[in-house]
Amino acid sequence: MSKEKILEKSFLLIALSSISILALIAFFIFQQGIPLIWKVGLNSFLLGDRWFPSKESFGIFPMIVGSFWVTLGSLIVGVPLGVACAVFLCELIPPTIAMILRPMIQLLGAIPSVIYGFWGLIVLVPLIRDSFGGPGLSILAGSLVLGIMILPTIISISEDSLRALPRTYKEGALSLGATHWQTIWRVLLPSARSGIVASIILGMGRAIGETMAMIMILGNATQLPNSILSSARTLTTNIGIEMGYASGDHRQALFATGVVLFFIIMGLNSLALIISRKGRA
Amino acid sequence: MKISRHHTQGLAKGVIWVAAFSTLAVMFWILYQVLREGLPLLHPDFFIQAPRQMGRAGGIFPTIIGTIALTVVAIVIATPLGVGTAIFLQEYTRESGVSRVIRFGTDCLAGVPSIIFGLFGFVFFVIFLRMGWSILSGGLTLATMILPTIICTAEEAIKSVPYTYREVSFALGGTRWQTIRKMVLPNAFPGILTGVLLGVGRSVGETAAVILTAGSSFITPDSLFSPIRTMAVHFYILAREGISMEMAYATGAALILLILAINTVANWMMYRYAHKA
Amino acid sequence: MFSPIPKTSERKAISPEGTDEDMKRGKRSRWIYGVGLLLLAVFLPGCQRQHGGLSVVGSTSVEPFAEALAEEYMNQHSREKIFVQGGGSSAGIQAVRTGAAEVGMSSRNLMDSEKDLIAVPIIYDAIAVIVHRDNPLNDLTLNQIRKIFSAETTRWSELGGKNHPLTLVTREEGSGTREAFQKLIMGKKEISLGALVQDSNGAIRQVVADDRNAIGYISLGLVNDRVKALKIDGIEPNIENIQHHRYKIVRPFLFVFKSNPQGLAKDFLDYILSPAGQKLLVQEGLISMNPIPEPKKEARR
Repeated sequence: MSKEKILEKSFLLIALSSISILALIAFFIFQQGIPLIWKVGLNSFLLGDRWFPSKESFGIFPMIVGSFWVTLGSLIVGVPLGVACAVFLCELIPPTIAMILRPMIQLLGAIPSVIYGFWGLIVLVPLIRDSFGGPGLSILAGSLVLGIMILPTIISISEDSLRALPRTYKEGALSLGATHWQTIWRVLLPSARSGIVASIILGMGRAIGETMAMIMILGNATQLPNSILSSARTLTTNIGIEMGYASGDHRQALFATGVVLFFIIMGLNSLALIISRKGRA
Repeated sequence: MKISRHHTQGLAKGVIWVAAFSTLAVMFWILYQVLREGLPLLHPDFFIQAPRQMGRAGGIFPTIIGTIALTVVAIVIATPLGVGTAIFLQEYTRESGVSRVIRFGTDCLAGVPSIIFGLFGFVFFVIFLRMGWSILSGGLTLATMILPTIICTAEEAIKSVPYTYREVSFALGGTRWQTIRKMVLPNAFPGILTGVLLGVGRSVGETAAVILTAGSSFITPDSLFSPIRTMAVHFYILAREGISMEMAYATGAALILLILAINTVANWMMYRYAHKA
Repeated sequence: MFSPIPKTSERKAISPEGTDEDMKRGKRSRWIYGVGLLLLAVFLPGCQRQHGGLSVVGSTSVEPFAEALAEEYMNQHSREKIFVQGGGSSAGIQAVRTGAAEVGMSSRNLMDSEKDLIAVPIIYDAIAVIVHRDNPLNDLTLNQIRKIFSAETTRWSELGGKNHPLTLVTREEGSGTREAFQKLIMGKKEISLGALVQDSNGAIRQVVADDRNAIGYISLGLVNDRVKALKIDGIEPNIENIQHHRYKIVRPFLFVFKSNPQGLAKDFLDYILSPAGQKLLVQEGLISMNPIPEPKKEARR
C-alpha cells in the first residue's frame, strides 16, 4: 500500500475515535446500570418516588421531576433575557461597544460553574430564605443560577444568528416604513429563529448536565418537590452527591440514573438535529 | 386606544434596555464579588506554598500543578485525535455514510453531561484499566470531554482555508498529505489553536469529572499516577467544607484570573488570525 | 481573509529543503517537537507504574484529620509522601479490598461482609446535633430528636419555639456519619425524605449556621462558634461526658487494611497512635481512646 493510502487509513482510524469513545461510554454505563434497572423493574425505577438506597428503594421519579423543573426554570430565566441581550448587542448599541462586550460575555461563559454555584450559595440562597421563607436551598435558587449560567451560550449564538442575517432584510423592512422595533420583532427575530432555537437547545443541554453548582444550592432532598421553594434533586446531582460513597446495588443504581440521563440527552440531541435541519430547509 | 407603533417601539426598546442592562450587570457583579474578596489575598506566597492546616492556611501550589498537569495530558491526547478527525472529514472524504456516522458521534459526545464522563472515567480508567485516581485517569477523561470541541473548531479552521491553496499545491505535484501538511495545517493553525485553548478553558473549570477520576489529594504529585486536586476542585471543597472563606475567595479569584488569561490569549490569536492577510 | 493565490513574486523555487516559508515552518515544527520532547522528559519519569507513596482513601469525616496527620508526618519525614483523599467510608473500604489504596478510612464499623479486613480504631468521634446559634433550644431528648428527623415533629412550636417549620439537614446515603447517626440515634425510624442533604459535615454546619430553622448533625470535632451543639437527655457533648460514657453518641474512626500493615503504612499508623499523633487529633476536637471499653449498644427502639 502506498504511503498515501496508509495515511488515509490511519486518519480514518483516528476519525473513528469519537464514535468509539461514545460507544465505550455507552457500553460501560449501560453495563453497570441496566442490570439494576432489570432487577428493580423499569416502572418502579422511573416512576417510583422513593429513593432510599439503604432500604433498597430505587425510585428516581423525584429526580426526573427535579431536573425538569430546574431546567424549565432556567429556560424561563435564560431565554427571554438571553434573546433580549442578543437584540441589545446587535441592534441597540453602537458596534464598538458591542465589540467590547462580546468577549466579556464569552469570558462569563467560560467561568467554571462552581463559581456561579458559590455565588448562588452566598448571595442568592440567603436572599430567597429571607424574602420567601423556607431553607433558601430551592428550585428557585437553582433555576436562577442555572439561568445565569446558560445566558452566555444563548446570547452568543443568538447574536451570531442575528448578525449573520443579510443586511437586506433589515434595510428592506426599514425602507418599507417599518420602525426599528417592528423590524426587529417581525423580520429579524423570526428569520434568526433556527439559530435562536439552536442556542436554546444548547443551553438546555448545559442546564440538564450541570452538577456541582446544583449540589451546592438545590438542597438535595430526595422527596418529590412540591413548590418552587422546595429543595430538590436532579438526575445529575443524585449521581454526584452519592457516587463517592456508593457500592454494590447503590452504585449500580447511580449508573442506572446515568443511563436515563444518557437517553434524555440523546433525545434532546436528536430533537436539535431535526429542528436545525428543518430550519435549514 | 390604539398605541402608535412609535410608542410600542419606545416601550419595547426600553424593556430590552432594562432587561439587558440588568442581566449583564448581574453577571459581571458575580465576577466582581469574587474578585473583590479574593484579589487582595493573592500574593506570591499563595501561589508557591502548599495548603496547610487542612486548607486554612498556606497556598494552592499543588493545585496549580494539578491543573496544569491534567490540562496538558488532556490536550496532548485530544489534539492529535481531534485534528486528525477534522483532517479526515475535510480532506479525505465527502459527505457519506462514514462521515455522517462520525459527525453524529461527535455531536452526541458534545452533549454528554460532565458527570457521565466522570462515571465513565471512574469505571473505565480508574477501575477497569486499574489506573487508580490519577493525573492519567483525569487527563484521559478530560481528553474525551474536549475532543468534540477540538474536532469542531479544527474542522472550521480547515474548512476556511481556501480551496485554491490546495489547488496550487496539487498543481505543483504535491500529494494529498503534503498538501495538508504544508498548506492546509499551517494556515489552519490559529483556528486550531483557538479550539485547543477552548479545550484548556474547559479542562481548567471542570470539577465533577475530575473529582471522580483524579481524586482530591492535595499534596504535590510525584508521577502521572498520583492523585491530584485541581484549582476548581479545591475551590469547590473549600466552599463546601466552610473551612476558610478567605481561601475559597482567593482560590476563586485565581481561577477567574486564569480563565481570563486563557480567554485573552484566545481572543488575541483570533484577532491576529483575522488580520493576517 | 487571505489573498486567494500566492502572488507570482512570492512564489519561490521549490528546493529540496523547500521554500523560505517551508524553512520557517520547519523551524516552527522543530520548536514544537522540542517542547513536546521536553514535556515528555518531564513526564516520563512520572510514568512509573505506581506512585511511590501511601494512598489513604475513604471517609470524608476522617479525611481532614488524616490530612493534618499526614502533613505533620511528612514534615518530620520529608522523603515520604502520603496521599489522602475522600470518597466515602464505603469507597475507602472497597479501595483497600481491590488494592487501589493501602489504607482505608472509615467512620463506621465494618459490616459483616467486610470483616475479612483489618480495622484499627485511631480515635473516637462524637456526633453532635446542632442548631443555629441563636436558637433558644438547648436540650432535647433522644425521642424528640427521633421524631424531628423522621418528620413526625414538623414545627419548632411543637418544641416550645416559634411557629416556623423545621428544616432538617442530613448527610447523604452511604455516609459513615449518617449511618452512625441512624444506628445510634434513629434506631428503626427513617430519616425523612424531605430533609436537605449535604455531602460533607462542613456543608451541614454551613447550612445550620445560616438558617435559624435548621437542625442537623455533624462531627463534634467540627462544631464551632457559628452553631450550637444541643444536650441530649441533659448530657452535654463534651470530652468528659464522652470518656465517662454519659454521652453515648460516639463512633470510632477506623483505619482499614487488607493485611497487617507494613512499611510506610505501619509507620504512619504508629505515629497516629503515638502520644504526638493522638495529641494532634485531640486538639482538633476528637476524643482519645484511652481505656474505653466498647459499649456499642444500638439506640433503644
